[in-house]
Amino acid sequence: MDDKLEMINISKAFASVKANEAVNFTLMHGETHVLIGENGAGKTTLMNILYGLYQQDNGEIRIDGKAVKIKRPSESIAHGIGMVHQHFMLVENLTVAENVVLGQEPRRGVVLDMKKAVETVESLCKQYRFELDPSQRIEDLSVGKQQKVEILKLLYRGADILILDEPTAVLTPSEIDELGKIIRKLNEEGKSVILITHKLREVMAMSDRLTVLRRGRVTGHMRTEDATIEKLVEMMVGKALSLEVEIPEQECGEGVLEVQNLVVRDSRGHNAVNALNFCVHRGEIVGLAGVDGNGQSEFIEALMGLRKVQSGKISILGKDITNKQNRAIIDAGISCVAEDRHKRAVVLEMSLTENTLLGNFAHEPFSRGIWLDYGYATKLTEKLINEFDVRTPSSEVNVMWLSGGNQQKYVVAREISRPHELLVAAQPTRGVDIGAKRFIHEQIVKGRAQGKGVLLVSTELDEILSLSDRIVVIYKGAVAGVLTRAQADERLIGSMMLGDKAEGGK
Amino acid sequence: MGRKTKTQALSAVAPIFSIIVALLASALFVMWAKSMSVSEYFSALRLLLDIIITESLSTPQKFMEVLVYATPLLFCGLAHIICFRCGLFNIGVEGQFIMGMVGGALIGQLQGVPMLLHIALMVLAGIICGGLWGFLPGILKAKRGTNEVVVCIMTNFIAMYISNYIALRSVFADSQHDSSYTIQPHAQLPRFVPTSRLNISVFMAIILAFCVYLLLFWSKRGFQIRAVGLNASAAEAGGVNTTWNIVLALVISGAIAGVGGALQISGVQTRLISMASFPNYGFDAIPVALLCNKNPLACVLVAILFGALRNCSRMFQIEGIPKDIVYVIQAIIIFFVAADLITKHLNKRRRA
Repeated sequence: MDDKLEMINISKAFASVKANEAVNFTLMHGETHVLIGENGAGKTTLMNILYGLYQQDNGEIRIDGKAVKIKRPSESIAHGIGMVHQHFMLVENLTVAENVVLGQEPRRGVVLDMKKAVETVESLCKQYRFELDPSQRIEDLSVGKQQKVEILKLLYRGADILILDEPTAVLTPSEIDELGKIIRKLNEEGKSVILITHKLREVMAMSDRLTVLRRGRVTGHMRTEDATIEKLVEMMVGKALSLEVEIPEQECGEGVLEVQNLVVRDSRGHNAVNALNFCVHRGEIVGLAGVDGNGQSEFIEALMGLRKVQSGKISILGKDITNKQNRAIIDAGISCVAEDRHKRAVVLEMSLTENTLLGNFAHEPFSRGIWLDYGYATKLTEKLINEFDVRTPSSEVNVMWLSGGNQQKYVVAREISRPHELLVAAQPTRGVDIGAKRFIHEQIVKGRAQGKGVLLVSTELDEILSLSDRIVVIYKGAVAGVLTRAQADERLIGSMMLGDKAEGGK
Repeated sequence: MGRKTKTQALSAVAPIFSIIVALLASALFVMWAKSMSVSEYFSALRLLLDIIITESLSTPQKFMEVLVYATPLLFCGLAHIICFRCGLFNIGVEGQFIMGMVGGALIGQLQGVPMLLHIALMVLAGIICGGLWGFLPGILKAKRGTNEVVVCIMTNFIAMYISNYIALRSVFADSQHDSSYTIQPHAQLPRFVPTSRLNISVFMAIILAFCVYLLLFWSKRGFQIRAVGLNASAAEAGGVNTTWNIVLALVISGAIAGVGGALQISGVQTRLISMASFPNYGFDAIPVALLCNKNPLACVLVAILFGALRNCSRMFQIEGIPKDIVYVIQAIIIFFVAADLITKHLNKRRRA
């Protein structure tokens, strides 16, 4: 195998921040190469340079041995480079075939040749063993299948180098297995794949070689079979770090949250949450596991008073909070780390201090009478910034200018700092690096030790498995099974997440 | 200016730049209007600046006249700011201002009310009428999800025709003039000098600008309004009742415009004059609110600037330049302010 792609001595700086510094990266024909590193390590910058979104300040890119300049994304596809972004770029109400050919449609004269499009897509599916129906609409497909459509798009355009950005973030264990097979098949057909990820276990499973980045520099480069998780963490973080947070045995107390026969509709009017029943006790972490889109979001919104409950009941410490105003629910003692940070948790164009007022502004000491107390809010914000190691120039900076991981740390800090009985942590470590992830987990466990109830909602099974005392698996808005820590097993949960009630169960 | 002096000072760069460019570009139109040749660009520019400066600053009288124009612009600009901050476009400021005039003109005709009380009553009438005209689109948006812009356009027309009805056909109409009867002397705001229409409403407007600043940046209510404007979903999740704040923003905005209208009657017009078309107080204040970047304190300066431009229009005509050049200048300013906003928006999207 010879080198398909070489990136030599690539440097890129944004103002004073060196995002990439003399990075060398090679990709061989038909291999899968993983680029790992924490957030802000420079993975995305490197790939954006390759994809033509940025220009390197220094260094050279060679494809098949020839030096190339890629000035914009449209040029990268001409060089056979394609990228599947973390957020899919598909037109929801078009079919698979239409999405694949969009932009490069086969024509007969001036008319779109839909028949040919479908045929081409079908033959591509056959070649790469994708199980897709070209005439299905995107909105009816699962996330895993949508991802396949994205990959098909690249193959249709003749990509030889496929960049997959965090491809497993939204997939279930079995879908991840399938993705692994697809990647193998792509390699067999001579395609080279670059995976960008910060998930270590997947790295081990589906790659040939890996390159580790830290703070813009390459800190490691090896064959996957030579790598161990410990080694990788050390290269990523710069020091040895245990990932697991210790969870001491603990008796749990009275019920904090009780959900009874809850029915909530989604925006299209379907029952997204369908007769959901479960409870959370004091001093207990309950993990709500499920594939994204099985009613978790709607449930959290209903719980927080942001979406109407059709029927059923939610209560906190015996107090009915069904369909109460959001502020009353916060006052009843729920703190919530919202799953969609930018939508629900922060106002990007406000300063950290002002964001601290969100959820808090109504009460002393944050306000007195009709006036806000910025002095107190600033002091608290500065305390949070220190305690949670939020990297920001000051508390007066707009949240927009913080990196995603730091925004998340800040949100967790704010929600934990508010007096509460129940902490709802939805995707609490989305987008944060290993060190911060561990820290956030510690904080959650600390709350448990103080006798608070914790509802952990996550699509990352690892997170659920490592923290939860009990795991509630949600499927199509209802409980597919409840497992204790001892019973928990990844395969079992994985099958429950797909609707298999057979094993385990209540 | 409070807590964010540095960033706010920086954000003044774009507006100032756009004013300069607008003046430079408008000189081209002066050349065109006066059939000057290209080589005379600088004399055209000098003529333009000359007219603006002489007309606004050469005598105290003239500056007072600038302030007469600036006062309603400031009231309406502040009204726009409240709604812009809440993420709303209150195009109904025009109608709310007119309703304030209606309220003021009616109350102003009451007899035997002592002066201070009379003016206070007129202000109150302005608040109620303008506030009601803000409440209508607000409550419709909150309860029925209608678009506030569409409703406001309709309420503007209703306001204008109510005003015309009162000025022309009601018992308050003065059949000698196309207007209502002049308000009682007690209801008229004191003027500083007999030769100018300038009155103390200009100070009331400036004090109000400061109040709006306090409201927006230091009060709980203002925080909620701004949070709804910047990210309604996050505000909602942070305990802010978005619907209520939207209604309230429109009501406050309408009330401010209404006070402006009432004081315009009390201080300048002294009666409700029939309108062939909209008087444009509210519409002209849209660029004011945009150019000051929705900052109520900066709004004072921008209102004076636009008042000065307005005040020049007669002189432009005398000089043989179409008075619409004032609108050309405003339009170019808005063009650059909008371009600045769009680039900021795009940058933000690229970061996200």
